Amino acid sequence: MTEAAPVATDRDAALVERVRAGDQRACARLMTWAERNDPRYAAAHRAFVGSLGTAQRIGITGPPGAGKSTLVEGLAEHWRKTEDRTIGVVAVDPTSPFTGGALLGDRVRMSRLVLDPGVFIRSMATRGVFGGLARATDDVADVLDLYGRHTVLVETVGVGQSEVDIARSCDLTLVVLHPGGGDTIQAMKAGLMEVADVYVVNKADMPGLDRLVQELYDVLELREIPEDQRPPVLTTVASNGQGVAELADAIDGMVAERRASGALDARREENLERRVRRLVDGRLRRDVWETQRLAEHLHKRLAGSGTLSAYELADEVLDVYRGAGRDQDPSSNDPSLPDTSPEDSA
Amino acid sequence: MDEPIRVLVAKPGLDGHDRGAKVVAAALRDAGMEVIYGGLHQTPDAIVQMAVQEDVDVVGLSILSGAHMTLFPKVKELLDAAGAENVLLTGGGIISPDDMAGLEKLGVGKLFGPGSRLADLVDYIRAEVGQRRTAAGSA
Repeated sequence: MTEAAPVATDRDAALVERVRAGDQRACARLMTWAERNDPRYAAAHRAFVGSLGTAQRIGITGPPGAGKSTLVEGLAEHWRKTEDRTIGVVAVDPTSPFTGGALLGDRVRMSRLVLDPGVFIRSMATRGVFGGLARATDDVADVLDLYGRHTVLVETVGVGQSEVDIARSCDLTLVVLHPGGGDTIQAMKAGLMEVADVYVVNKADMPGLDRLVQELYDVLELREIPEDQRPPVLTTVASNGQGVAELADAIDGMVAERRASGALDARREENLERRVRRLVDGRLRRDVWETQRLAEHLHKRLAGSGTLSAYELADEVLDVYRGAGRDQDPSSNDPSLPDTSPEDSA
Repeated sequence: MDEPIRVLVAKPGLDGHDRGAKVVAAALRDAGMEVIYGGLHQTPDAIVQMAVQEDVDVVGLSILSGAHMTLFPKVKELLDAAGAENVLLTGGGIISPDDMAGLEKLGVGKLFGPGSRLADLVDYIRAEVGQRRTAAGSA
């Protein structure tokens, strides 16, 4: 793990410059490098990280069917119309754990944005990562920041209750719920309620609105947060635009307030720590299972040894790994696996 | 070729028969590809804009309206103009062999008519994308 840091070549630097200058195709290609774990991306990232931080990053999460994509379309449209603000959208959908394939369908609900050059939309598959985001979601948002987008909207997978990584990835997190989508206890189970900076009750024209809003207030009271710090609850009907302007203003107001108070910087620092930990976790995992080939070792040990404890075998795998670390044999490392590039987390 | 193949599946033009596009999208997903579903009634401009932003390897169009001799060349022309000439443009619909041959001369890939096997489409995409990625280097 002591390889020299990759250095961005002139050609890679040229791609970064094209992104900075607003070249759409270059922007898309740099995202692909990030998604593919291309070592050129890690090198480029070192070079451009200093110019990041201007975009405000808004995470949008919530259960399936809450209307996240439609809300993204509504917010983007609002900001485009009222102030010509440039928008980036990252829409994450799940990868099938069985086939590795994915159907990325969020664009169907964002079709009004397609022909607007002020909106750049990128669909991503989770590629085996849980938590509602893909490994490279932060990187794709970084590229949109570099590309000069004022606001980046990151929409998580809507698979249930585990999409909480978004809170550690964005400046502000919206949790979108809808009447008839099950009671709030379901959303409380796995932390979805704790990550919200703003609650959005979408489809507010559906029956059950008052009850859901009341439940939300009840939950907030239970959490013993001082009244002035409680996340606001806003209602929208994204499909016809009702409440979207108020939501957009609330988002901008909260980000501005946090920027002024220093809370935004503190949060970004926490997010960065979390991101570094994810990278380290991913690299360690890859080092154990791929570079050091401990999966093969484990398979051999497992053959015909059904009585061994999982704990015993785990200790053994780690002992072998630590041993390999002490007398590092460079030839045992596969040079085709770049260990200096961004890694995934699970 | 470890990286998933990215495919944009879209329906240009005015016909609303999207069952074929959905069947193909599901089949490509099950073959391990990342399928961006672009939806119905897309203009050639919108299709190319999506293809560029998503940096896809393949654009697959389903055209049942009879307008394939207009739509495929237009999308191909716009892809080339956008610097995405390396993207494989393929698709299906009710298209005569003569028209298929004519479109191939314009740089459109193999097209799949009624009764085609999904496995053939999957194999064709894998082979074509493999070649194109190799030719383009690791980029």
